[in-house]
Amino acid sequence: MSDLYEGLPRPERDYNAFLGEGKFMLQRSRETGRFIFHPRVAEPLTGCIDLEWVPASGKGTVYSTTVIRQKPPAADYNIALIDLEEGPRMMSRVEGIAPADVRIGMPVNAMIVEEEGRPLLVFTAA
Amino acid sequence: MESFPRGKAAIVGAATFGIGEAKGFDAIDIAVHATVRALAQAGLKPSDADGLFICLPQDFLSGLTFAQYLGVHPKITDNNRTGGSAFLTHMIWAAMALEAGMCDVAVVAYGSVQRTAAGKLVSAARPDPFEGPYKPRLPVAAYALAAARHMHQYGTTPEHLAEVAVAAREWANLNPEAFDRGDLTIEDVLNARRVCDPFGLRDCCLVTDGAAAIVMVRADRAKDLCKRPVHMLGGAAATFHNTISGMPDLTVTAASESGPRAFAQSGYGTKDMDVVELYDAFTINPILFLEDLGFCGKGEGGPFVADGKLRPGGGLAVNTNGGGLSCVHPGMYGLFTVVEAAQQIMGVAGARQVKGANLGLAHGNGGFLSSQATVILGAPETV
Repeated sequence: MSDLYEGLPRPERDYNAFLGEGKFMLQRSRETGRFIFHPRVAEPLTGCIDLEWVPASGKGTVYSTTVIRQKPPAADYNIALIDLEEGPRMMSRVEGIAPADVRIGMPVNAMIVEEEGRPLLVFTAA
Repeated sequence: MESFPRGKAAIVGAATFGIGEAKGFDAIDIAVHATVRALAQAGLKPSDADGLFICLPQDFLSGLTFAQYLGVHPKITDNNRTGGSAFLTHMIWAAMALEAGMCDVAVVAYGSVQRTAAGKLVSAARPDPFEGPYKPRLPVAAYALAAARHMHQYGTTPEHLAEVAVAAREWANLNPEAFDRGDLTIEDVLNARRVCDPFGLRDCCLVTDGAAAIVMVRADRAKDLCKRPVHMLGGAAATFHNTISGMPDLTVTAASESGPRAFAQSGYGTKDMDVVELYDAFTINPILFLEDLGFCGKGEGGPFVADGKLRPGGGLAVNTNGGGLSCVHPGMYGLFTVVEAAQQIMGVAGARQVKGANLGLAHGNGGFLSSQATVILGAPETV
């Protein structure tokens, strides 16, 4: 049977599939031109379903940051909220520096790593 | 302007049960214990209840469970689930339903045995597909991100946060039911084991068992059932997001909407409040809510609390039971803010009683600063 909904985004599946191909993609409404994250089937407020996947610049700024403290030998790790250059905000982590050295306002660049057998978008200091 | 049935519904019973550890009980067991206590205060029985409002941690049909357990056939069964704010939203709908004659005796109840049954915070939240892979330790990481942003933007300090915990402990020391009692200094809070920057262990709420229940009836009947009924003068809720990455501004919660609306309904303002019960899951919460509810300006919450204002006798009676930080936090604390405000206004709060408490605010928070609900309560002479 044909897929009645062919061409409509499957938000989580599509986002992760692009990451698997090494691409960080964001959705944008053709009508409003606005980028959104997290991925959805319709743009918030407008309800526009004309969402297309567009390559993200990968540039962002740390909006907030915390360190998850663990009992040794488990290592502490970073959790950050990143404001993307295109507008939306996402949760991620900043790698390559000590988790406590991540600062609010710090410019960062996206990078795709593999973790637990799946692709994951993380950031490094720009 | 919203039309709320101001003062038309009143609390005639407000009780807790099993605060701390309630070994061997299930969540519904202690919720029912609190319920029969609250009903008994008003000379009522389960058979009198025809409006049931409840939300249990792991029972998604808890309204039905509650009806069956009490053996009643309620006209209204509501288990709205907005996290810890749920119970204050229940009160808003209960007040409307009472006014409309859709029910005559409304019970709002909660219970959790997360300490003795699970030993850790039970979360009903499904891991978010876009946050989960980064393993944020929730809920603490979400609140820590908000605290870090507030500190960055407004210069709030770890000492400001610690003051919130110390004030809560001083109130808890006046409450024999409080789970965590004893001396606690600013240094103790700052030196506690780090959990999630900027929070240490003492910036985080307790993990306890506990149940709470209130009984609401129409005002005309309330005066026959209770020596000093607690009237609901206003109630409003607002939701901004669910996950923390969806929160538009981490320093402004939906209390900035629910608070002004509830105050407007009540005809009272911040300066009129004798007791203020705020959902303090983490030390940043009261600071955010004091700002958003209008007790101080945005960004001023840290300096506002720094002089010990929230401590007993400090000038602003906040979290007079010891709060989620030092009294009780069984997963969802919201209804305990209401029980404490009601008991203060009824004048039955014992050693921690705030003299002449006539007006109180109870504020519930749900999710990750996501859902906020504010109610304004008052003694009969305030209606």
